[in-house]
Amino acid sequence: MGNPIMTAKELKKYFHTRAGTVRAADGVSFSIRENETLGLVGESGSGKSTVAYTIMGIYRATSGALLFRNLDITTGSSSRSKKLKKDIQIVFQDPGSSLNPRQSIRQILELPLKVHRIVDRAGMEEKVLKLLEMVELPAEYLHKYPRSIGGGERQMVAIARALATDPSFIVLDEPTSALDVSVQAKIINLLIQLQDELKLTYLFITHDLSLMRNMASRVAIMYLGRICEVAPTVEFFRNPLHPYTKMLLSSIPVVSKEEEELKPKKITSQGEIPSPVNVPPGCSFHLRCPERMDICSQVMPKIVSMKKDHEVSCHLYT
Amino acid sequence: MSEVLLDVSDLRVGFDVYGGTLKVLNGLNFYLEEGEKVGLVGETGCGKTTTAKTILRILPQPPARIAGGTILFQNKNILGMNSREIRAVHAHGISMIFQDPTASLNPVFTIGDQLMAAIKYSSLEDGLSRREIRGRALQSLRDVALPDPERILNNYPIQLSGGMRQRICIAMALATNSQLMIADEPTTSLDVTIQDQVLRLLGRLVLEKDTSTILITHSLGIVREWTQRVYVMYAGNMMETAPTEVLFRKPLHPYTQGLMKAVPKLTGEGIAKGIGGRIPNYLDPPPGCRFHPRCAHRMPICSQQRPPYFEAGQMHQVACFLYKEHS
Repeated sequence: MGNPIMTAKELKKYFHTRAGTVRAADGVSFSIRENETLGLVGESGSGKSTVAYTIMGIYRATSGALLFRNLDITTGSSSRSKKLKKDIQIVFQDPGSSLNPRQSIRQILELPLKVHRIVDRAGMEEKVLKLLEMVELPAEYLHKYPRSIGGGERQMVAIARALATDPSFIVLDEPTSALDVSVQAKIINLLIQLQDELKLTYLFITHDLSLMRNMASRVAIMYLGRICEVAPTVEFFRNPLHPYTKMLLSSIPVVSKEEEELKPKKITSQGEIPSPVNVPPGCSFHLRCPERMDICSQVMPKIVSMKKDHEVSCHLYT
Repeated sequence: MSEVLLDVSDLRVGFDVYGGTLKVLNGLNFYLEEGEKVGLVGETGCGKTTTAKTILRILPQPPARIAGGTILFQNKNILGMNSREIRAVHAHGISMIFQDPTASLNPVFTIGDQLMAAIKYSSLEDGLSRREIRGRALQSLRDVALPDPERILNNYPIQLSGGMRQRICIAMALATNSQLMIADEPTTSLDVTIQDQVLRLLGRLVLEKDTSTILITHSLGIVREWTQRVYVMYAGNMMETAPTEVLFRKPLHPYTQGLMKAVPKLTGEGIAKGIGGRIPNYLDPPPGCRFHPRCAHRMPICSQQRPPYFEAGQMHQVACFLYKEHS
């Protein structure tokens, strides 16, 4: 595995609202290596998308640093160079709202090519057709509009649009959670194949751990704006450490006995994720944690390294 | 064997739209026995919700048109009932939990108003006092493990989280003491840990109250953990039915097999390619078996004749010509 291509250091993003300060990302650190897929998993409200949008420059980080190939990109999108924007792309969750309904597929795919002057006018059609071919859509789709094609096909177009600028890093923000499993399977396989061919690095955001098992090289679990456990995928599923990770795993409905064996038995889901305006003191998970101790409500646990690359933030392991 | 509570046969429902009729439900057959927990599983657009709404007679007509079939609930045809009889079915026969608890609760009334109205109109006893109704409402909130029920009665839906709202919908559906509950994707809008809590709660309550349940979902995992018998639905047809354990051990229909393979597994064996193509256009659905254009095992007969149900084992039926010789 290669060098870190994207590194976040103590990344914080606060939103000031009338109800108080929302700490959407509250000291998130991770690094993503070249050509790997880091899976960022968490429930709604955990801050996954905030991290994604901060990487894209849609949000400006409140504090902390974000490095892309050793270049500080903590700044918002307006102060980023075009070359940088070209290199980092995103695929959103809902292709129904991320594609302009008034533009044909051709117009949608031409826009990034024009903005970044990737091909001249003569080569435009050829390049657009090549993009469609990459995502396995037939050429006649050029003249269709997003509403006249299926949800899975729309997401394929969104992926083609992200690929148009020949990026090296793509944020995939729940790209399949609005789709049926049979369509999801197709898109995931395509993403894996494209990663191989084009040497892409992915930050894959999802709430689906089973999907992560088949897609990510490393998995990070996020809860209330913090990362509570990171590990290489195989190690992560073989030996989950954080009580929240175990709770997540035990909650997954599975389709076979073999999978049932992999679920932690002793822990059952309880409680709900608290509002990020009122983050509990100490470890933010302690209210729901079946293994809480006195220290958990007082001191925030530090991140400790267990095995190689397996990090966890929990007082049980300090 | 228990009594059959609900028996749907040859149900045909279409929608009149500009340019023709969407032929959605295409002769649907299924039944449910008293006390049974049955799953109805299928992908987006296969007609799961249309089925539920037809059973409850809450499908707006037009554009919908019920073109044929019968729905026997306690041996009475729901499709032939007058509005008074339908109200009785809604009040204490069949209740429903919808996918989106935000949309199924009225935002301008308190939880108490809505819950107490449900209890009042579903009650078989006359002249319940307001205090009694309130007491039952509080009890039903305690049943679904909501903390501080007194306060929740005075809350508006917006003041509660999605998981809590869905618990309230469950409380409301169960407070009517219906014999049959239809839960249409009850946990799809919830997070996985909350989904787990809600499903366990629902399982415990229907057992306690002895309510028969139809669980409609697109998630094979939920069906496996929650139901006793499953129907697999595709494009308005039942493709396969079997006891849950049998179906997951030995899925027969190519569609069921394709679905099972497409589900990402915790064991990490990779994901199959999925099923090619997409759900047919209901304006002009393919003749014969509606799945044949996407099927890897299709034979000439598949596009000519609609497959009947072939017996593939005890209570295991499959609508596919591949299993013709078995029966």
